[in-house]
Amino acid sequence: MSTRVWHRPPLIGDARLRWGLSLGFLAYLVLAVGSLEVNWQRVAEGLERGSAFAAALFSPDFTSRGDAILEGFLESLAMTFVSTTIGLLLAIPVAVGAARNLSPLPIYLLCRGFIAVSRSFQEIIIAILFVAMLGFGPLAGVATLAFASIGFIAKLLAEDIEAMDPKPLEAIRATGGSATQTLHWAVMPVVLPRLVGVSMYRLDINFRESAIIGIVGAGGIGATLNTAFDRYEYDTAAAILLLIIVIVLASEYASGTIRGRLR
Amino acid sequence: MSLGVLRIEALSKRYGRDALALDDVSLSLDGGEVIALIGPSGAGKSTLIRCINRLVEPSSGRIWLGDTELTALDGRGLRQVRRRIGMIFQEFALVERLTVMENLLSGRLGYVGFWRAALRRFPQADIERAFDLLEQVELGAMVDRRADALSGGQRQRVGIARALMQTPDLLLVDEPTASLDPRTSRQIMRLITRLCGERNLPAIINIHDVPLARRYCRRVIGLRQGRIVYDGPADDLDDRVLTNIYGEEDWDTQAATETETETDEGGV
Repeated sequence: MSTRVWHRPPLIGDARLRWGLSLGFLAYLVLAVGSLEVNWQRVAEGLERGSAFAAALFSPDFTSRGDAILEGFLESLAMTFVSTTIGLLLAIPVAVGAARNLSPLPIYLLCRGFIAVSRSFQEIIIAILFVAMLGFGPLAGVATLAFASIGFIAKLLAEDIEAMDPKPLEAIRATGGSATQTLHWAVMPVVLPRLVGVSMYRLDINFRESAIIGIVGAGGIGATLNTAFDRYEYDTAAAILLLIIVIVLASEYASGTIRGRLR
Repeated sequence: MSLGVLRIEALSKRYGRDALALDDVSLSLDGGEVIALIGPSGAGKSTLIRCINRLVEPSSGRIWLGDTELTALDGRGLRQVRRRIGMIFQEFALVERLTVMENLLSGRLGYVGFWRAALRRFPQADIERAFDLLEQVELGAMVDRRADALSGGQRQRVGIARALMQTPDLLLVDEPTASLDPRTSRQIMRLITRLCGERNLPAIINIHDVPLARRYCRRVIGLRQGRIVYDGPADDLDDRVLTNIYGEEDWDTQAATETETETDEGGV
């Protein structure tokens, strides 16, 4: 009796194609690494700077640039609140327009298109555009974050509206309520917890983003952080990073608690 | 001519290219008349009552409520006439996260401006009316409860009170007991027919529970594949008539089992 053998069938059946792809991948990897032109001297220098920075994390300096740090954080907080509020207010009509169960097809496509555009660009790219349009400073930052918030909030809210039970809608329509009344009485109460939850979550995100877009000139604590790095003031930079971590943790906890209480 | 509170003439409805959901339906309802509309699933019961308040757009035919031709209205006129037609739903269709009082007041939306409704500043008369109705449906203690905290029977009573808040001239009732247990079903049917009687309010009740229809309504209309196949007193509903409406079945056992049907093209 001959022994019966079994092998797991390969992902790619054709052996030539299988080996060809593997070799091609390896060859490209070798070439790509070669093209990086690693400057080992620079890496050694960098390691030194890196260790200086790592050391600074354990001796953060909150005081010597205290005013700049405080100002940066206040600016970031203001940007966060203003942009989230604007984003929220503008997201509501967009969300209604982007809900297929409420809106006719042309409006639906328009709003979905807007959401897609708003969501397809990373905040940094939008910030570069707005800095070019509105100049350096927090205004460009607010515009960036508001624009990104609209897409984010509107998408999640529209999905919630589309998932809602159609029966109360029909009932309010049957009482002779107008379209706006139907929205306010049948849709609002159902999606309100979601709306608050999503907005809290976005507040959180906007604060984090405000620290990043400052680096491309859109104001906030990111600008202060960038300056500190430029001046090799790693202890000040460390202080800023630690504060960002604390604030993000605190706001995450706060928004989690608020969302948990809403039912 | 003015025959009846509600008159339907040659009403037909076709969904897309499907078979006719309603086929040349004509009927007339007198003041204070409460009729049961029976028939298998997909016979067009829901479509028929939704054509009356135009939640579903009829394909052809005409409908009058008093002197108003419902099928000729649009926009504002349609909203104004919807105020005069109360509707009660199978799964209650309350706004779950609003309180009982808010759900009742939503029955007044057609009469109140947007801001007034948004700020919950309803006229005192509406508030009084809501409290009175809550007493009548025995939910006086539940005013500020949220609708999703109520039991099925309680929710349906809120649904009834909401419809009556409109001071309607006609009540459309869509399977009011299909989501309820047998005892609550009877209580709800008794309540609806009693409240209609007190107000001399005509009503059309879609119901697939034949014994309940027999017990609480004097007139019954049977619908089969979109056509009226019976229109007469509930007392004359015999096996032959039921077979004509629902198809062949041993009707002696139907009191014990649910009158469930597997017929038809589905749809409604």
